[in-house]
Amino acid sequence: MAETTTWRASLGSASKTRSTRAWRVRSSAVIVAAVVLAVLVVPPLVNLDEQAVNLAAKLQPPSWGHPFGTDDVGRDLLLRCVYGLRVSLLVGVVAAVVATVIGTAVGALAAASGGWVDRVVMRLVDVFSSVPHLLLGIFIVAMFRPGVWPVVVSVALTHWLSTARIVRAEVLSLRSRPYVDAAISGGASRMRVTVRHLLPGVLPQAGLAAVLMVPHAIWHESALSFLGLGLPTHQASLGTLVQSARGSLLAGDWWPTLFPGLFIIVPTLAIAGLAGAWRERINPRRRSELML
Amino acid sequence: MKSALQKLPWGPMARMTGRRALFAVPVLLAVTFGVFAIAAASPFDPVKAYAGTAGLTASQENLDQLRRNLGVDQPLVQRWWDWLTSAVSGDLGDSSTLRQPVSDVIGERIGWSVLLAATAFLLAILVGTTLGVLAARRPGGWLDRAVTSLAYTLEAAPPFWIGLLAVWLFALKLGVLPSGGLTDTASTAVTAGQVASHLVLPAAVLAISQLPWFVLYVRQGVGDALGDDPVRGARARGLAERTVLLGHALRSGMLPVLTLIGSRVPELITGALLVETVFSWPGIAAATVSAATAVDFPLLAALTVLATAAVLLGNLLADLLYGLADPRVGFDG
Repeated sequence: MAETTTWRASLGSASKTRSTRAWRVRSSAVIVAAVVLAVLVVPPLVNLDEQAVNLAAKLQPPSWGHPFGTDDVGRDLLLRCVYGLRVSLLVGVVAAVVATVIGTAVGALAAASGGWVDRVVMRLVDVFSSVPHLLLGIFIVAMFRPGVWPVVVSVALTHWLSTARIVRAEVLSLRSRPYVDAAISGGASRMRVTVRHLLPGVLPQAGLAAVLMVPHAIWHESALSFLGLGLPTHQASLGTLVQSARGSLLAGDWWPTLFPGLFIIVPTLAIAGLAGAWRERINPRRRSELML
Repeated sequence: MKSALQKLPWGPMARMTGRRALFAVPVLLAVTFGVFAIAAASPFDPVKAYAGTAGLTASQENLDQLRRNLGVDQPLVQRWWDWLTSAVSGDLGDSSTLRQPVSDVIGERIGWSVLLAATAFLLAILVGTTLGVLAARRPGGWLDRAVTSLAYTLEAAPPFWIGLLAVWLFALKLGVLPSGGLTDTASTAVTAGQVASHLVLPAAVLAISQLPWFVLYVRQGVGDALGDDPVRGARARGLAERTVLLGHALRSGMLPVLTLIGSRVPELITGALLVETVFSWPGIAAATVSAATAVDFPLLAALTVLATAAVLLGNLLADLLYGLADPRVGFDG
């Protein structure tokens, strides 16, 4: 389904689309760089207390002093959003890395073993995928009480399945290559063939899956936190910011809800834009598409 | 019409359904066991959950008695088997927060969830198809780029956030639609008109959360079909653009999309979990979230299994439709 021929009609304006695409990749890179810079540099540099309550300045609409306005206890929302993005990004990256490691290990194990191990493992993957991700995540977090680690674990445990499938397919296709045959006939052990010859070949695909998983993991963290099942409400994450803005929203103040959501959307689009360019590089036949 | 129905390959379809039902048994067994295993590994204590605040003052003796009554002192496998055997006979246990049988909770709420999900799905198909065809007509054109960008943006936007902004705009600023619930707080009777006006916002937001997938796939399907031989043939015969687009490209381009609808059940459940919570819709997804917040294990376990069954059913539907749409695929899966 994902593999499609390049549309004939778009060939006519090939140079135009190429420049639009380059522009998209460049702006995505700028946004991702800005996000990384903001979450790494701003907190230690500005030395402001994002938790500082100032009831005299509560619920101020966006202005020059507070570009995103202030929340219901007078905290600057731009600063809260940056701190929230920091927490959400950390949760997202850790969950994505853990999920990718699990998925790569399981997929490589299944493909390299073959036979009944492969069948049993892939059936288990099928079983796991039959439970909706968010629901399984909700179940895990509910049982282990809300907090940072249950959220990371629940997102990681629900997201390794697609990586396992991708890595398994990739290993199976690599295994039929001549250089792997050569290694096997040269007397290399199964372990050595897997680690030296097969795993390096799947790393680009696994890395791409990991990058694409980061926005997905952030999305899940924010959904869990919004439902009151994620991070504690005093911990600024993009989900808890939207959750705690609900009261203000019902009183008619839109900005505490609007900006944290934009902080989810814009980095997601930027990461997807970069990942799309990467995908085209390692697999040029596929047109980039955003898969959430 | 009758002859068309008779021409369907009922035999192979029934056999596929039977095989899938057989496969569903081990899957559901594994999922229920997994649910019990996660609960057993967690710090969650069903006795304290059942006793609630009374558990803080109850004597150890009473708590031990309760533990025996609830069967919590049994090993994991025994508890799982007990739950399973009574579940098969229709007894899913009692919800610890709502203090009523789990089957009653599900029975009361599932209709509202189905109403919401079906309305949203129909809306998403209609709007998604329209936008997808418009975008596919001129790939790379301004309409295509606008629709595609909108789809990507909506895909990245959390449904709860869209829902909250919709409440702000339509309920608070414009005051044209109610912000949540099933009926106005003043009225006690559930009338069709009330339900319809309360359905508009949640159904629209759920539809928007499903929209990007439809738009992008229809655009892709119709766009591919526009380059295929039948469409070129139709163009060569000098048919009107409208006929070519709707009669030829849309028909062959929509087929893969329609057949994949069943596989959208997980996303629909995910969206419903968030949308029902935002709009206090009295459906089963909102009950799941409140069950999770209160760590109501019997309710949560039953709803997880129910959702899994729904996903399996959706997959079966997708494969049956796919086999029907493309006879080369057949019904062997």
